[in-house]
Amino acid sequence: MSIIVGADHGNLASDTLGYSSAGRLERVLRSGHFAVTAELAPPDAANPEEVYARARVFDGYVDSMNATDGSGANCHMSSVAMCALLSRMGYETVMQISCRDRNRIAIQGDVLGGAALGINNILCLTGDGVQVGDHPEAKPVFDLDSMSLLETVARLRDKHVFASGRKLSDPPRVFLGAAENPFVPPYDFRPHRLAKKIAAGAQFIQTQYCFDLPRFRTFMARSRDLGLLDKCFILPGVGPLASARTADWMRRNVPGIHIPDDIIKRLEGAKDQKAEGRNICIELIQQLREIEGVSGVHVMAHRQESSVADIIERSGVLGDREPWPPFSEPTLERDYA
Amino acid sequence: MYSVRLWAARHARLFELTYRAFEPVIVKLHPLWKSVGYQRAEKPMGKLEKLSKGLLFDCQMCGQCILSSTGMSCSMNCPKTMRNGPCGGVMQNGNCEVYPEKRCVWVEAWEGSQKMKGGDTIQVVQLPVDHRLKGSSSWLRVARGASDQKAGHKEASK
Repeated sequence: MSIIVGADHGNLASDTLGYSSAGRLERVLRSGHFAVTAELAPPDAANPEEVYARARVFDGYVDSMNATDGSGANCHMSSVAMCALLSRMGYETVMQISCRDRNRIAIQGDVLGGAALGINNILCLTGDGVQVGDHPEAKPVFDLDSMSLLETVARLRDKHVFASGRKLSDPPRVFLGAAENPFVPPYDFRPHRLAKKIAAGAQFIQTQYCFDLPRFRTFMARSRDLGLLDKCFILPGVGPLASARTADWMRRNVPGIHIPDDIIKRLEGAKDQKAEGRNICIELIQQLREIEGVSGVHVMAHRQESSVADIIERSGVLGDREPWPPFSEPTLERDYA
Repeated sequence: MYSVRLWAARHARLFELTYRAFEPVIVKLHPLWKSVGYQRAEKPMGKLEKLSKGLLFDCQMCGQCILSSTGMSCSMNCPKTMRNGPCGGVMQNGNCEVYPEKRCVWVEAWEGSQKMKGGDTIQVVQLPVDHRLKGSSSWLRVARGASDQKAGHKEASK
């Protein structure tokens, strides 16, 4: 009995020469397609079926799913476990690593373990402070920051050494991502910070929710001036707002989220606020697509995950392309012989 | 002290000049440090450094000072001890997400760096902190590093 699962090894190796990973996300981006990634909410349960059910709603509409790592400093199933479960089912995942909960010894171990379990993409984050989560009494670690984390993982992969300098035999083949938030101060520093992240090893960027297009355009123009746009793939974050009240609550209570007043007003004026929230999201996706240097979108539809397929469908960004549903490729077929 | 720390970052150029004058002195005193023994000089120098930089910058004595690369705003005062720039949680008014009543250390750092001549070093990627150095004197490390480098050059030119 053999089950070929997870990463696309084998006959695809020849297509991926010069690639960092064997994953689909990198292939989709490098071949110039408009990529769609989505955020997957981790369950509060030791149950793999919960993970599969949450992933299934994205089937055929997203190129990769981000499994969050204790986002908002709340405790949930770990990102590495979710990604490992989903990789075994043939899904493409982005493992998120936050620096809040683990030191460099634990993180590097997880990178090796995650890559061995078939994870192709890693998103390096600093992480929210423990104060905002459900365990404010916990010890914040922050041994690394997002930048030194990127640098550490890139070194594992490219130089085949741990942060200590000790050699490893098989490097993790991972496509490296980072986050950026162009919508909060210090605005002028943000493009330079992107440059630092690229220098540290970031190959793709997923941003915080983008509701302020003029600000995003400025950020992208500045990044273009710095020559950054052909050095990494940028996927702005989008998501449907459930109502004007939710939107207002989010911008007042969730760190880093900026929602301009006109968006809130538009929601308030709508008969069906939920539907209007989706319309706004679709329009934003279509407008973002036209901006130079935008390679895709990252959809964060917190508690509205089931609406993602409809949003992507109606936005038309996939054209006639259908992202791989699990087990659709011959190499990924189960062989129970 | 918080208000002094803000004042120091807002006068980053002044402290840049001060440090530029101060660093060669520390380096030149290498023979003194060597004769006393770097190990023995550590205690008084560490105390002096902690006192002066603690007063001005709320220095946390990480032992690997990068104030010149952070607009004279000590990044170890960031609740996430970020050494490479601000996180994504900075509030619209430029305050910290963890301490909403305080300015983000990195908003101050960016503004400070813009006032400095050598402020561009804010764009250098900083490596992870070596936690073994916590509490030790950065000044002595600079002096020792400079003399080691000099010795290395001499060795190389032989």
